[in-house]
Amino acid sequence: MKRLIFIAMLLAAPVWAVQPDEVLQNPVLEERARELSKGLRCLVCRNESIDESNAALARDLRILVRDRLLAGDSDAEVIDFIVARYGEYVLLRPTATGSNWILWAAGPIMLLIAAGVGLVYIRGRSRAAASQEAGLTEDEQARLSEILKD
Amino acid sequence: MITELGHFALILAFMVAIVQAVVPLIGAHLRRPGWMALAEPAATAQFLLVAFSFGALMHAFITSDFSLKIVVDNSHSAKPMLYKISGTWGNHEGSMLLWVLIVTLFGATAAWFGGSLPPGLRARVLSVQSAIAVAFLAFILFTSNPFVRLAVPPFDGQDLNPLLQDPGLAFHPPFLYLGYVGLSMSFSFAVAALIEGRIDAAWARWVRPWTLAAWVFLTIGIALGSWWAYYELGWGGFWFWDPVENASFMPWLLAAALLHSAIVVEKREALKSWTILLAILAFGFSLIGTFIVRSGLLTSVHAFANDPERGVFILMILGVFTGGALMLFAARAHVMEAKGIFGLVSRESALVVNNLLLAVSCFVVFVGTMWPLVAEMFFDRKLSVGPPFFDLAFTPFMVALGLILPVGSAMPWKRASLARAIWPLRYVFVLALAIGGLVFAMQTGRGLVGPVGMFLAAWIVMGALIDIAQRTGRGGNRLGRLMRLPRADWGKLLAHGGLGITMMGIAGLTAWSVEDIRVAQLDAPFEVGGYTLTLDDVRRAEGPNYLSTTGFVTLERAGREIAQLRPEKRIYPVAQMPTTEAAIDYDLARDVYVVIGDPQDNGGWAIRTYIKPLTNWIWIGCALMALGGLLSLSDRRFRVAAGARKPKAQPVAAE
Repeated sequence: MKRLIFIAMLLAAPVWAVQPDEVLQNPVLEERARELSKGLRCLVCRNESIDESNAALARDLRILVRDRLLAGDSDAEVIDFIVARYGEYVLLRPTATGSNWILWAAGPIMLLIAAGVGLVYIRGRSRAAASQEAGLTEDEQARLSEILKD
Repeated sequence: MITELGHFALILAFMVAIVQAVVPLIGAHLRRPGWMALAEPAATAQFLLVAFSFGALMHAFITSDFSLKIVVDNSHSAKPMLYKISGTWGNHEGSMLLWVLIVTLFGATAAWFGGSLPPGLRARVLSVQSAIAVAFLAFILFTSNPFVRLAVPPFDGQDLNPLLQDPGLAFHPPFLYLGYVGLSMSFSFAVAALIEGRIDAAWARWVRPWTLAAWVFLTIGIALGSWWAYYELGWGGFWFWDPVENASFMPWLLAAALLHSAIVVEKREALKSWTILLAILAFGFSLIGTFIVRSGLLTSVHAFANDPERGVFILMILGVFTGGALMLFAARAHVMEAKGIFGLVSRESALVVNNLLLAVSCFVVFVGTMWPLVAEMFFDRKLSVGPPFFDLAFTPFMVALGLILPVGSAMPWKRASLARAIWPLRYVFVLALAIGGLVFAMQTGRGLVGPVGMFLAAWIVMGALIDIAQRTGRGGNRLGRLMRLPRADWGKLLAHGGLGITMMGIAGLTAWSVEDIRVAQLDAPFEVGGYTLTLDDVRRAEGPNYLSTTGFVTLERAGREIAQLRPEKRIYPVAQMPTTEAAIDYDLARDVYVVIGDPQDNGGWAIRTYIKPLTNWIWIGCALMALGGLLSLSDRRFRVAAGARKPKAQPVAAE
């Protein structure tokens, strides 16, 4: 048991997401800080925002965001400040600039194409409805009489 | 010795699978009954061999046989028995063996219960299924052999990742795999039908139970995973749009689409080629999911580069099966001309819209998941695509789907009148709008997620109830008729209602969570969202393979004690990893979620408290969806009718 406790003490004390001492006094600024940090990626984690992450680096970034807010930056300025240092990799919501328009437009364009194809198909079926409604094919007629015989 | 026998059985299974993949297929082509009949015993033998092999591996985990590399890497003698067993599939090699076990299990069940299938179709289905098994058995035997021994076995193992030592996650992978692999059955049926060149209502009736089963398992698997993330990861999120999560969500979306389009094939003989394409794509996405998870490609390009052999192998399997099936599809799609005819406004059209929304939403998830990779490879940009993108790009599809669902499912086949479909729903629509409006007024300026979510939930749930009430007709003994409705109708009610309920839970959790982060001093009560919490004590204790720090928290409301909560922080010395065990007071109206953090320098402990409204309904809704699927699966027409009425063969000239 002693050995186990010793090992446990050797492990770096885990740092959990947003610590009490990070929270800003001003609730409006704190609210903005939380919103901003939900959109920023923890660089050493797997798909976690700095708001959720337990990593020390995420904590540094959270404090940085709050420092910038205290210094009077607007939301956009804070984001620009961090992107300038860490690259667009930190943005969990990719910008719609450059090649990224493909990402943002892919869904709507695909929906339009699919809607077009779907509409053509449905109209085709309903046209066929108009022309075929007249009668049964020979095969169907034979089948029908077979069923009626039973 | 048992280990070596397990390895040997796996090699034998590989041989059997090769024979089963080749002989019945040729037999079906040459119309030789004997060759075709080989498929059945081969499928059984294959399953038994793989099951033995899997059992041998599990035996090694249970007995903590540290001469096996995989056991050393993933187990520890002090680990509780449940996690020794679940450790069998809590690693790469073991999970692939489980994958193959399920492939062969499905193949064997198709052989056992497929007696009413036409022999040619059955032989081809079993061949294709076996070809999938061959590919994955080769993958295991040549790149990920679980039966590798160590020359110098250590005294003890390195333990399973403590995050995975959890009952929710112990059973998450098997369900997910049952879902993924269940889609292989739909795929085999699709490919067999393409080879045969014939698809009719009977075909759809055979395929639909498999798809339904796969979808039910996927629903359960995803719900378990999401529930686990909620209580284990320590901040109460339920979905993170992680590539690994998306990998399971994409097949779910496509399976849901396939489920609906197969109804159209079954009842109306339309949408045939689309259904075949969906069946191919749904399994394709299961393979992509396996590839994403197994290659580690998306977590980091470097993880992939460390072990490119495995990734490339799965990519080859993906290419051969999906690519091959798609080529076959391109060559044969024209023989599947639609027969059913229907008007512009009809249930068929509504199901086309359903399929369209599900498929495109799946496409959006796919693009979002793959984009970081594409951007890095082709545009030299390192970027992230996170939850904000998916929330924005994916949610509108679900809103649209929820809006049309009650109207579409109320429409009759062939030709409908929009006015007549909407008419019985008029009160429900107004009521749902009123609920949404009321919620909007009550929450004052908190965004639209809450009101829209509540409106949709009310609309879908009440719409589903109206739908089933309508089916009982007018006047006289409606209750009796209600009880005699086919189970599929009840399944539809539960599955659609479950979707609405899940939407309600998601909206409630997303819109109205309350969070509180503070330093709590011992015996100093504090207020969060109308609740009073007191940290009474903090104790340290020793678990079987971890050290824990437990907070003793009293939860009160209006002076009355509601619960004693025990948030825990654990450290697993062997794996050198901390975990949080949040304490949750579950309630249908809200969860109170308490997490204990570190001791502070000036006394007290960091405590985070969340009030999470309606959260449990997310999983209740999922459970209802799964139950609906199961009810539908037990419907009489799947048990009795498949093949009972032999459709007259309609040979199509295969060019």
